[in-house]
Amino acid sequence: MASIQLQSLAHRYPSAPDYALNSMQQSWSDGGAYALLGPSGCGKTTLLNIISGLLRPSEGRVLFDDIDVTDLTTEQRNIAQVFQFPVVYDTMTVADNLAFPLRNRGIAKNEIEKRVADVLQMLDLQERANDRARSLTADDKQKISLGRGLVRTDVQAILFDEPLTVIDPHLKWQLRTELKKIHQRFQHTMIYVTHDQTEALTFADQVIVMYEGAVVQIGTPQQLFETPEHTFVGKFIGSPGMNVLPCEVDGSEAVFAGKKFPLNIAVDDPTARFELGIRPEHIKLSSSEGLPLTVTALEDVGRHIIVRGEIAGAALCALVEDGVAIPENPCVSFDSARINLYADDYRVASGRGDQTI
Amino acid sequence: MSIQKVQNNKAWFMVLPVLILVAISAIIPLMTVVNYSVQDTFGNNEFFWVGTEWFQEILSSERFHNALLRTLLFSGLILAIEIPLGILIALAMPKRGWGVSVCLVLMALPLLIPWNVVGTIWQVFGRVDIGLLGHGLASLGIDYNYTQNNLDAWLTLILMDVWHWTSLVVLLCYSGLVSIPEVYYQAARIDGASRWAVFRFIQLPKIKRVLLIAVLLRFMDSFMIYTEPFVVTGGGPGNITTFLSIDLVQMAVGQFDLGPAAAMSLIYFLIILLVCWIFYTVMTSYDNDEQTNGPGPQ
Repeated sequence: MASIQLQSLAHRYPSAPDYALNSMQQSWSDGGAYALLGPSGCGKTTLLNIISGLLRPSEGRVLFDDIDVTDLTTEQRNIAQVFQFPVVYDTMTVADNLAFPLRNRGIAKNEIEKRVADVLQMLDLQERANDRARSLTADDKQKISLGRGLVRTDVQAILFDEPLTVIDPHLKWQLRTELKKIHQRFQHTMIYVTHDQTEALTFADQVIVMYEGAVVQIGTPQQLFETPEHTFVGKFIGSPGMNVLPCEVDGSEAVFAGKKFPLNIAVDDPTARFELGIRPEHIKLSSSEGLPLTVTALEDVGRHIIVRGEIAGAALCALVEDGVAIPENPCVSFDSARINLYADDYRVASGRGDQTI
Repeated sequence: MSIQKVQNNKAWFMVLPVLILVAISAIIPLMTVVNYSVQDTFGNNEFFWVGTEWFQEILSSERFHNALLRTLLFSGLILAIEIPLGILIALAMPKRGWGVSVCLVLMALPLLIPWNVVGTIWQVFGRVDIGLLGHGLASLGIDYNYTQNNLDAWLTLILMDVWHWTSLVVLLCYSGLVSIPEVYYQAARIDGASRWAVFRFIQLPKIKRVLLIAVLLRFMDSFMIYTEPFVVTGGGPGNITTFLSIDLVQMAVGQFDLGPAAAMSLIYFLIILLVCWIFYTVMTSYDNDEQTNGPGPQ
């Protein structure tokens, strides 16, 4: 197990004009559970393959425990990786699949047997140990892929590349719980790539949100929800995502549709494009208080109702608890402490006070 | 309550054209052969029933045994050389870039040449007086003459077949290899697999099905080979390259022994069927084994 550091790491594919990964500086601690979250094509898999050594970065260094491994091969880095689609060796039995990485490394036979038996038990696959791997279901195959990493007790880190994509929804939850348990038991450094926020937020202690080849925020699930550092994080995390409303700034107040919202600091940047971020959960609907909302749609999602509408040309949505009546001509007011102010998509200030405006 | 299932047999009319075509192209000629194989004729379109006499004669004739052994040996050698060589070349071919098209075109070239032209090319190529191969070997001091030396005749025929048909195995294996997802190789690198382990546990299992097709095609083709050896050696020197097909044509067209020739055709046909069945059963036994033991692929 190791801590992982990325120093001025960037990558551009030889034939592509743009960087797949923009220069980044990261330090991930030993034994942490990290999730790389972001939409398809944001560079998550590229970053993962750079860490595992399947891809050599065009710029920067990768360090495991302060040792430079940038030029080492995957085999030398001693990494385990679980891929999006389960990779099993079809012609081998389940037990042979698990023993394969150990045999390749010339480990003693009785040691192999012991570790394989351990992992079989851990993954609840004892009964299928002597079945051919290809007769298994997709989730069992994915367990084998994971098991091939777990049998190697000395791996530096276990990397997951959207490992639950092909798994049935009800098994996803179960496998995720098992992963979490394995992490708590062995304290492997784990990095989990996904575009599913639920997966990322339940699996990881620290979520790394990526957008267009750059890391836009690292934080606990709570931090990502409450203080998104980038408008993308606000929109991507949460269902529905944060409302992002164009606004103006006047000293230490943000002005949206004529209303003034107090900020914790004064902001002064004449060229920046300002936006106000407020989560649907922090918007209150009433018949008279606040700004009038032109309702365009109502979506009943069970526990609550999503009210979609417009204020001064800006789209906005709010959440209303199921059973609470929605006024005919509703007005909305914001929880002033939960507001965030963004200049050119990056957060520069937050709201102040304890009132609804 | 029982529900009467409505049956509509009109579909049979739709397959009628195919049945007629197959009947004309395959079933009727085959039945003619069956007809000849159990009768004898002395001309004038008069036929006499002889039962299984021709079959017994063929099966007990030394001439047939020898031709059969030669043909089996030839097919065995062809498979033993072309299959591993084809796999090796396919593994060495580039997977992307401009080299792919170049290799594919080069590989396809021998396959486009008609059989008798291939025979003629090698017949000239091997000639000691004017052929590049024959003359070259002779000037190196090697005593090579495929028209007189048994071993030289065999070597020439095998070399010719390898040159002509290895490409087919290569193309089939290559198609199987390029369809293996990259992630398998990545997983193998992570598991620290050696080059041999990658071949043994990833590449070979994934190309097994196309390999089966390659083996069957190469077996059938080489077992029925006629044109090329006929052009190059004409079955000689002596009878040393007289394969079943050449022997059969000599019997049917040369000696006009229609009865024995028909019996031999049928035996020949059954041998090919039998060997193909054996190959198929052995090479797919693992798949079947799976279906009976496990719940099958998901």
